[in-house]
Amino acid sequence: MFYFLAALAVGFSIMVVITRIPVHSALSLGGVLISIAAIFITLEAEFLSAVQILVYVGGIMVLFLFVLMLFSIEKWGGAALHTRTWKTAVALGVVLAGELLFFVWKGITPSLPQIATPAGLGGNIEAMGWALYQRYLLPFEVASVLLLVAIIGAVLFTRKQIPKDNG
Amino acid sequence: MITTTHYLVLSAIIFSIGVIGVLTRRNVLIVLMSIELIMNAVNINMVAFSHQFKDMVGQAFAVFVITVAAAEAAIGLGIVIALFRNRETVHVDEIDLLKG
Repeated sequence: MFYFLAALAVGFSIMVVITRIPVHSALSLGGVLISIAAIFITLEAEFLSAVQILVYVGGIMVLFLFVLMLFSIEKWGGAALHTRTWKTAVALGVVLAGELLFFVWKGITPSLPQIATPAGLGGNIEAMGWALYQRYLLPFEVASVLLLVAIIGAVLFTRKQIPKDNG
Repeated sequence: MITTTHYLVLSAIIFSIGVIGVLTRRNVLIVLMSIELIMNAVNINMVAFSHQFKDMVGQAFAVFVITVAAAEAAIGLGIVIALFRNRETVHVDEIDLLKG
Protein backbone atom coordinates (compact mmCIF):
# COMPACT_ATOMS: atom_id res chain seq x y z
CA MET A 1 0.00 0.00 0.00
CA PHE A 2 2.77 2.41 0.93
CA TYR A 3 4.64 1.73 -2.29
CA PHE A 4 1.50 2.33 -4.37
CA LEU A 5 0.82 5.67 -2.65
CA ALA A 6 4.47 6.69 -2.81
CA ALA A 7 4.65 5.90 -6.53
CA LEU A 8 1.45 7.90 -7.06
CA ALA A 9 2.83 10.89 -5.13
CA VAL A 10 6.17 10.87 -6.93
CA GLY A 11 4.56 10.40 -10.35
CA PHE A 12 2.15 13.28 -9.82
CA SER A 13 4.98 15.50 -8.49
CA ILE A 14 6.97 14.85 -11.65
CA MET A 15 3.84 15.72 -13.66
CA VAL A 16 3.55 19.05 -11.78
CA VAL A 17 7.06 19.99 -12.81
CA ILE A 18 7.25 18.75 -16.40
CA THR A 19 3.79 19.20 -17.89
CA ARG A 20 3.31 21.94 -20.48
CA ILE A 21 -0.17 23.18 -19.57
CA PRO A 22 -0.46 24.98 -16.18
CA VAL A 23 -3.97 23.62 -15.53
CA HIS A 24 -2.59 20.08 -15.79
CA SER A 25 0.07 21.09 -13.29
CA ALA A 26 -2.56 22.30 -10.84
CA LEU A 27 -4.59 19.10 -11.20
CA SER A 28 -1.47 16.97 -10.72
CA LEU A 29 -0.75 19.00 -7.60
CA GLY A 30 -4.19 17.91 -6.40
CA GLY A 31 -3.17 14.30 -7.06
CA VAL A 32 0.01 14.73 -5.04
CA LEU A 33 -1.89 16.29 -2.15
CA ILE A 34 -4.51 13.51 -2.05
CA SER A 35 -1.78 10.83 -2.18
CA ILE A 36 0.03 12.53 0.70
CA ALA A 37 -3.24 12.69 2.65
CA ALA A 38 -3.53 8.90 2.21
CA ILE A 39 0.10 8.52 3.33
CA PHE A 40 -0.80 10.47 6.49
CA ILE A 41 -3.53 7.89 7.17
CA THR A 42 -0.93 5.11 6.95
CA LEU A 43 0.98 7.08 9.60
CA GLU A 44 -2.10 7.20 11.88
CA ALA A 45 -2.48 10.96 11.48
CA GLU A 46 -6.17 11.03 10.56
CA PHE A 47 -6.75 14.62 11.64
CA LEU A 48 -3.86 15.89 9.56
CA SER A 49 -5.10 13.89 6.60
CA ALA A 50 -8.51 15.55 6.82
CA VAL A 51 -6.89 18.97 7.19
CA GLN A 52 -4.68 18.23 4.20
CA ILE A 53 -7.71 17.44 2.02
CA LEU A 54 -9.73 20.44 3.28
CA VAL A 55 -7.04 23.11 3.23
CA TYR A 56 -4.75 21.98 0.42
CA VAL A 57 -7.11 20.35 -2.06
CA GLY A 58 -10.20 22.36 -1.17
CA GLY A 59 -8.43 25.67 -0.66
CA ILE A 60 -5.00 26.07 -2.16
CA MET A 61 -5.42 23.94 -5.28
CA VAL A 62 -8.78 25.53 -6.10
CA LEU A 63 -7.18 28.95 -5.57
CA PHE A 64 -4.47 28.04 -8.08
CA LEU A 65 -7.11 26.89 -10.55
CA PHE A 66 -9.08 30.14 -10.06
CA VAL A 67 -6.01 32.24 -10.81
CA LEU A 68 -5.17 30.11 -13.85
CA MET A 69 -8.70 30.54 -15.18
CA LEU A 70 -8.64 34.30 -14.51
CA PHE A 71 -5.87 34.83 -17.01
CA SER A 72 -6.43 34.24 -20.68
CA ILE A 73 -4.70 31.10 -21.88
CA GLU A 74 -3.08 32.67 -24.95
CA LYS A 75 -1.08 35.06 -22.83
CA TRP A 76 0.79 32.19 -21.17
CA GLY A 77 2.94 32.15 -24.29
CA GLY A 78 3.97 28.93 -25.95
CA ALA A 79 7.61 30.02 -25.96
CA ALA A 80 10.32 28.50 -23.83
CA LEU A 81 8.97 26.42 -20.96
CA HIS A 82 12.11 26.60 -18.86
CA THR A 83 14.57 29.23 -17.79
CA ARG A 84 17.81 29.41 -19.73
CA THR A 85 19.79 27.78 -16.95
CA TRP A 86 17.52 24.74 -16.62
CA LYS A 87 20.21 22.15 -17.31
CA THR A 88 22.35 23.46 -14.45
CA ALA A 89 19.26 23.57 -12.25
CA VAL A 90 18.33 19.94 -12.98
CA ALA A 91 21.93 18.88 -12.29
CA LEU A 92 21.81 20.77 -8.98
CA GLY A 93 18.50 19.14 -8.11
CA VAL A 94 19.88 15.66 -8.80
CA VAL A 95 22.93 16.42 -6.68
CA LEU A 96 20.64 17.63 -3.89
CA ALA A 97 18.56 14.45 -4.12
CA GLY A 98 21.74 12.37 -3.99
CA GLU A 99 22.92 14.21 -0.90
CA LEU A 100 19.58 13.89 0.89
CA LEU A 101 19.30 10.18 0.12
CA PHE A 102 22.93 9.60 1.11
CA PHE A 103 22.41 11.17 4.51
CA VAL A 104 19.09 9.42 5.05
CA TRP A 105 20.93 6.20 4.22
CA LYS A 106 23.83 7.01 6.54
CA GLY A 107 21.51 8.09 9.32
CA ILE A 108 19.69 4.77 9.57
CA THR A 109 19.93 3.64 13.15
CA PRO A 110 17.89 0.48 13.61
CA SER A 111 17.36 1.06 17.31
CA LEU A 112 15.89 4.52 17.69
CA PRO A 113 14.14 4.86 21.05
CA GLN A 114 10.48 4.02 20.93
CA ILE A 115 8.64 6.27 23.34
CA ALA A 116 5.55 4.79 24.88
CA THR A 117 2.19 6.18 23.87
CA PRO A 118 0.79 8.49 26.54
CA ALA A 119 -2.13 6.70 28.08
CA GLY A 120 -5.61 8.09 28.38
CA LEU A 121 -5.72 9.77 25.00
CA GLY A 122 -8.37 8.29 22.78
CA GLY A 123 -7.95 8.77 19.05
CA ASN A 124 -5.73 10.99 17.01
CA ILE A 125 -8.11 13.95 16.93
CA GLU A 126 -8.39 14.16 20.72
CA ALA A 127 -4.61 13.98 21.05
CA MET A 128 -4.27 16.75 18.47
CA GLY A 129 -6.75 18.84 20.39
CA TRP A 130 -4.78 18.46 23.62
CA ALA A 131 -1.54 19.32 21.85
CA LEU A 132 -2.90 22.36 20.01
CA TYR A 133 -5.01 23.90 22.76
CA GLN A 134 -2.82 23.16 25.77
CA ARG A 135 0.85 23.05 24.91
CA TYR A 136 0.79 25.05 21.71
CA LEU A 137 -1.91 27.59 22.45
CA LEU A 138 0.33 30.61 21.85
CA PRO A 139 1.64 29.42 18.44
CA PHE A 140 -1.97 28.62 17.58
CA GLU A 141 -3.02 32.21 18.28
CA VAL A 142 -0.01 33.57 16.41
CA ALA A 143 -1.02 31.43 13.42
CA SER A 144 -4.47 33.03 13.46
CA VAL A 145 -2.87 36.49 13.45
CA LEU A 146 -0.70 35.37 10.52
CA LEU A 147 -3.81 34.33 8.61
CA LEU A 148 -5.43 37.69 9.35
CA VAL A 149 -2.36 39.50 8.00
CA ALA A 150 -2.43 37.26 4.93
CA ILE A 151 -6.09 38.12 4.28
CA ILE A 152 -5.38 41.85 4.54
CA GLY A 153 -2.30 41.53 2.37
CA ALA A 154 -4.10 39.56 -0.33
CA VAL A 155 -6.91 42.13 -0.46
CA LEU A 156 -4.38 44.99 -0.65
CA PHE A 157 -2.42 43.33 -3.45
CA THR A 158 -5.38 42.61 -5.64
CA ARG A 159 -7.07 46.01 -5.36
CA LYS A 160 -7.77 47.64 -8.71
CA GLN A 161 -6.09 50.96 -7.98
CA ILE A 162 -2.95 51.10 -5.89
CA PRO A 163 -2.67 54.62 -4.43
CA LYS A 164 0.49 56.48 -5.37
CA ASP A 165 1.26 58.82 -2.48
CA ASN A 166 5.03 58.64 -2.52
CA GLY A 167 5.37 61.34 -5.18
CA MET B 1 7.85 -3.78 6.80
CA ILE B 2 7.63 -0.06 6.15
CA THR B 3 10.01 1.91 8.36
CA THR B 4 10.49 5.60 8.95
CA THR B 5 13.35 5.50 6.45
CA HIS B 6 10.90 4.72 3.65
CA TYR B 7 9.02 7.89 4.45
CA LEU B 8 12.25 9.88 4.64
CA VAL B 9 13.29 8.63 1.20
CA LEU B 10 9.89 9.50 -0.27
CA SER B 11 10.09 12.94 1.33
CA ALA B 12 13.60 13.53 -0.02
CA ILE B 13 12.49 12.59 -3.55
CA ILE B 14 9.46 14.90 -3.50
CA PHE B 15 11.56 17.70 -1.98
CA SER B 16 14.12 17.38 -4.78
CA ILE B 17 11.42 17.36 -7.46
CA GLY B 18 10.05 20.54 -5.89
CA VAL B 19 13.47 22.19 -5.90
CA ILE B 20 13.98 21.26 -9.55
CA GLY B 21 10.57 22.76 -10.34
CA VAL B 22 11.40 26.02 -8.55
CA LEU B 23 14.71 26.31 -10.37
CA THR B 24 13.68 25.32 -13.89
CA ARG B 25 10.18 26.56 -14.67
CA ARG B 26 9.53 30.02 -16.11
CA ASN B 27 5.88 30.19 -15.10
CA VAL B 28 5.65 31.79 -11.67
CA LEU B 29 2.49 29.84 -10.80
CA ILE B 30 4.27 26.54 -11.29
CA VAL B 31 7.11 27.86 -9.14
CA LEU B 32 4.53 28.46 -6.40
CA MET B 33 3.14 24.94 -6.87
CA SER B 34 6.66 23.52 -6.53
CA ILE B 35 7.01 25.39 -3.24
CA GLU B 36 3.84 23.63 -2.08
CA LEU B 37 5.49 20.32 -3.03
CA ILE B 38 8.50 21.20 -0.88
CA MET B 39 6.31 22.03 2.12
CA ASN B 40 4.43 18.75 1.71
CA ALA B 41 7.71 16.83 1.68
CA VAL B 42 8.64 18.49 4.97
CA ASN B 43 5.24 17.57 6.40
CA ILE B 44 5.74 13.90 5.49
CA ASN B 45 9.01 13.96 7.44
CA MET B 46 7.41 15.50 10.50
CA VAL B 47 4.44 13.15 10.56
CA ALA B 48 6.73 10.15 10.05
CA PHE B 49 8.86 11.12 13.04
CA SER B 50 5.74 11.92 15.04
CA HIS B 51 4.58 8.37 14.35
CA GLN B 52 7.94 6.88 15.23
CA PHE B 53 8.32 8.68 18.55
CA LYS B 54 4.59 8.55 19.40
CA ASP B 55 4.72 12.28 20.06
CA MET B 56 2.17 14.84 18.92
CA VAL B 57 4.73 17.64 18.41
CA GLY B 58 5.40 16.65 14.81
CA GLN B 59 1.75 16.68 13.86
CA ALA B 60 1.11 19.98 15.66
CA PHE B 61 4.04 21.51 13.77
CA ALA B 62 2.68 20.11 10.50
CA VAL B 63 -0.61 21.91 11.17
CA PHE B 64 1.32 25.17 11.50
CA VAL B 65 3.23 24.42 8.29
CA ILE B 66 -0.11 23.96 6.51
CA THR B 67 -1.29 27.30 7.94
CA VAL B 68 1.81 29.06 6.68
CA ALA B 69 1.45 27.36 3.29
CA ALA B 70 -2.13 28.61 2.98
CA ALA B 71 -1.09 32.17 3.85
CA GLU B 72 1.83 31.95 1.45
CA ALA B 73 -0.39 30.70 -1.38
CA ALA B 74 -2.91 33.50 -0.84
CA ILE B 75 -0.25 36.22 -0.74
CA GLY B 76 1.75 34.69 -3.60
CA LEU B 77 -1.27 34.46 -5.87
CA GLY B 78 -2.21 38.04 -4.93
CA ILE B 79 1.25 39.17 -5.98
CA VAL B 80 0.94 37.19 -9.23
CA ILE B 81 -2.37 38.87 -10.04
CA ALA B 82 -0.98 42.34 -9.31
CA LEU B 83 2.10 41.52 -11.36
CA PHE B 84 0.07 40.26 -14.31
CA ARG B 85 -2.04 43.41 -14.21
CA ASN B 86 1.02 45.70 -14.25
CA ARG B 87 3.56 43.84 -16.35
CA GLU B 88 1.44 41.46 -18.48
CA THR B 89 3.82 38.59 -17.74
CA VAL B 90 4.02 35.55 -15.50
CA HIS B 91 7.52 34.51 -16.50
CA VAL B 92 10.15 34.75 -13.81
CA ASP B 93 12.95 35.76 -16.18
CA GLU B 94 10.97 38.76 -17.44
CA ILE B 95 10.46 40.09 -13.92
CA ASP B 96 13.74 41.99 -13.62
CA LEU B 97 12.81 45.36 -12.13
CA LEU B 98 15.51 45.04 -9.48
CA LYS B 99 18.21 44.11 -11.96
CA GLY B 100 19.06 47.73 -12.76
